[in-house]
Amino acid sequence: MSKLGNLGARLYRGEVGYDFIGKRKMWYGVSILITITAIVALAVQGLNMGIEFKGGAVYTIPKTTATADQARDVAKDVTGHEAIVQKVGKDGLRIQIGGISPTQADKVSEKLADEFKVDVKDINAEKVGPSWGEQIAKKAWTGLAVFLVLCVIYLAIAFEWRMAIAALVALIHDITITVGVYALVGFEVTPGTVIGLLTILGYSLYDTVVVFDSLKEQAKDITKQTRWTYSEVANRSINSTLVRSINTTVVALLPVAGLLFIGGGVLGAGMLNDISLSLFVGLAAGAYSSIFIATPLVADLKEREPQMKALKKRILTKRAAAAAKGDSAEGGQTSFEKDEPQDTVEDDEDGETAGAGSVVGQRRTQPQSRGRGRGRPSGKRR
Amino acid sequence: MAAPKKGRPQGGQGRPGRSLAFILIVMVALTGGMFLSGHTTPRLGIDLAGGTSITLQAKSQPGKPNAVNKANMDTAVNIIERRVNGLGVSEAEVQTQGDDNIVVNIPKGTNEKQAREQVGSTAQLYFRPVLKQEVGAKSPDPSPSPSESGKDKDSGKDDGKKDDGKKDEGSGEKATDPSASATPQGRAVTDGLKDEKDPKASETPKPDPSASAAADKLNKDFAALDCSNEKTRTKVSENAKPEDPMVACGKSSDGKTWLKYILGPAAVEGKDVTQSKAVFDQQRGIWIVTLKFSDGGAKKFSDITTKLKTQSPPMNQFGIVLDGDVVSAPSVSTTLDANAEISGSFTQQSADDLANILSFGALPLSFDVQSVQTVTAAMGGDQLEAGLIAGAIGLALVIIYLVLYYRGLSLIALLSLLASAVLTYALMTLLGPAIGFALNLPAVCGAIVAIGITADSFIVYFERVRDEVREGRTLRPAVERAWPRARRTILVSDFVSFLAAAVLYIVTVGKVQGFAFTLGLTTLLDVVVVFLFTKPLMTILARKKFFANGHKWSGLDPKRLGAKPPLRRSRRATAPVDHPKEA
Repeated sequence: MSKLGNLGARLYRGEVGYDFIGKRKMWYGVSILITITAIVALAVQGLNMGIEFKGGAVYTIPKTTATADQARDVAKDVTGHEAIVQKVGKDGLRIQIGGISPTQADKVSEKLADEFKVDVKDINAEKVGPSWGEQIAKKAWTGLAVFLVLCVIYLAIAFEWRMAIAALVALIHDITITVGVYALVGFEVTPGTVIGLLTILGYSLYDTVVVFDSLKEQAKDITKQTRWTYSEVANRSINSTLVRSINTTVVALLPVAGLLFIGGGVLGAGMLNDISLSLFVGLAAGAYSSIFIATPLVADLKEREPQMKALKKRILTKRAAAAAKGDSAEGGQTSFEKDEPQDTVEDDEDGETAGAGSVVGQRRTQPQSRGRGRGRPSGKRR
Repeated sequence: MAAPKKGRPQGGQGRPGRSLAFILIVMVALTGGMFLSGHTTPRLGIDLAGGTSITLQAKSQPGKPNAVNKANMDTAVNIIERRVNGLGVSEAEVQTQGDDNIVVNIPKGTNEKQAREQVGSTAQLYFRPVLKQEVGAKSPDPSPSPSESGKDKDSGKDDGKKDDGKKDEGSGEKATDPSASATPQGRAVTDGLKDEKDPKASETPKPDPSASAAADKLNKDFAALDCSNEKTRTKVSENAKPEDPMVACGKSSDGKTWLKYILGPAAVEGKDVTQSKAVFDQQRGIWIVTLKFSDGGAKKFSDITTKLKTQSPPMNQFGIVLDGDVVSAPSVSTTLDANAEISGSFTQQSADDLANILSFGALPLSFDVQSVQTVTAAMGGDQLEAGLIAGAIGLALVIIYLVLYYRGLSLIALLSLLASAVLTYALMTLLGPAIGFALNLPAVCGAIVAIGITADSFIVYFERVRDEVREGRTLRPAVERAWPRARRTILVSDFVSFLAAAVLYIVTVGKVQGFAFTLGLTTLLDVVVVFLFTKPLMTILARKKFFANGHKWSGLDPKRLGAKPPLRRSRRATAPVDHPKEA
């Protein structure tokens, strides 16, 4: 733990860091790959839609001595449809029959009760008409669209449109991954899944917003300095919020994992399981996308702005000049006002650049507060 | 929730005690309210308590593009509610959800099959002639109705509670002068109709010799009927067929007393009504209800009114019977056909109600049963238990993680989570009776997921504080300086969460709503708790030596956080020493 604590400090100070922005092309590639896989899986395998979407019935018999085979036979006898039968808990059965009408469904309950010598009242039944799923799906899509639009508007106001777009891309990316996992693994899609999926949106955005918030703050006066490019500041933001992102994701995943493995595990398939499964997959995807996709995208978009281009140019020129002048030396740092070159020189190699950057950048505004050029860690005081 | 704001006065900074006291008072008040109201546990949904939940979806009807609207849905809910309660169910709830869904929740112990048949079918509205009417209590001596009804027809005119006025315009059908004599038991109708040979009309007179046994039974039922008793009231008309006479209950026009009726066979069906409106009659200054009938309906209606106008009270009335209840019993003074009106002592509300019932008598909309879920109480209990266990384990995991990572700081997180839990529980419990909130399985899920969201806010704040400590600040200023920035992040991200929950709640149906509601509620509470509880608590604890001196276990040890008290240390000097493994 203490190591973790130190890591946090080092990340914060930019002593360690990962060059998320610099390696963004690679991560974009990874994401594109995942997305393509998801789409292919979706196209080839399709989703395993639950009876809520196809129409049919699910019966759960909490306690019975009957075997799965018996149940299958009974269901087949009555309806002519193949049933999917699962064991639930110790001696319960879950019998799922697709494509039957509610009237038929009634007969099945009676027959099952008869056959297995349980009271009809002890059988849980969920009977769904075929068009119900359509409606749920339609509403889910509407919800999704409304939510995305509202979020983009909100983010565009609270932050800026580039961030809104990046967040949107990251969200769509999360959904694709989650749906892809469902298609690949063949998990059943139920209303619970849809709930989970829609919840992920909020959550994934939550993560993204935390990073953006830090980025916005750190990039506030970016054009007034000539030390760090936007991308470097962005990288620094990701790194300094990394601990937070990891912690929030872990803390969010823990209860969901509890739901998934314990709640769901005890009862077998069910609402708890459906929601938590999609949440679990989606949360992981959301954490990934906010770090590797959303922020790099913002940086990409931002760097296209004329003023950011100009800034980058200025910085590069300066660095080139510095390299020419004080090349050999980290020692060169003392001779330069505001310390830029030395940081550049030493940090560039191992991807710590941006990490150190913003600290220094902030300090610039109050140069009197620094001791010598190297007092960076304490520099952030306003 | 607001967009991030800067430079607001820092809440609670100066007086952390006040905020704390405030939220504690709120907590105590809510908990007290919980006990006072007598509801100490949240109301459980069908899937946890056991029972049946039926979701109906309105079908859009050809030719009536706007039929699925709020008014129609509300009417349908009312009608369905009456039916479900007619099954003798207590506490059944019928609600609209979304634009076109009605969810019927029936607690355990009801015949689900029967319920489903009842709720989904079209409402039954009939116009039946009144054969006999009395105040609704049990009548001591059952006097056979024929003897009562043989009064003079003239006395009936104009003294009905609901007086009918409207002349039918342009219909040459004004039945000739009522020559029919007032034979007992409404038999007048047969001859009242000159040129009609309505089969129904000949059926209307009940005391057919062959049917006398049935008539006796009817009279007996009538005598025994006690309309002031809700149970018998709904039961009495349960199996009445349209072609048979029936006994029924209905409120008097002032809505205060119950009246009981013997009603003849249905003369006109609800589906014959094409339109009905509540209209304010300027000339008379009263509310009236206008009616329009279809062609077939107009004919039948003119038949029945022709018969009725010759009768004496109470037999000059027709009962408008909805699902076995007499919703109105206007008296008739002229023959009416395609257009008619009902006047009486209507308020706008009651006129609207009646108009709704009339125009939608055949139910405003037709419904498809979309899903039926039956859950046994045992199963529901298991699910609740599993949900609670999962929640407890999830909570425990979060706590362990927080304690390991944040050490002493986790105390604040734990207390805040506790405060959040108390508020959530109390609100959920109180919202049950208040707005009918019922805790269902997805709602439990929502609450569990919310643990994570709530903890997130603390993490955001704690990390901020630690960042400030890393800057070399002492704790008290660190806590204050970290707050505005953390506050902004928390607000922004909670707003997003809330937005997600609100959108989910608005566009979805059924189970999903429970989830969304819980999520939204807990997100709001998160903001409240962080602002009024966590922050002030942090301020107070920052004054304690344990935290302020950065005790090893406080989670705020500057050394561990990588800050060194002499503020001017160089990074290059410390880095290799502190972190030899640095990349």
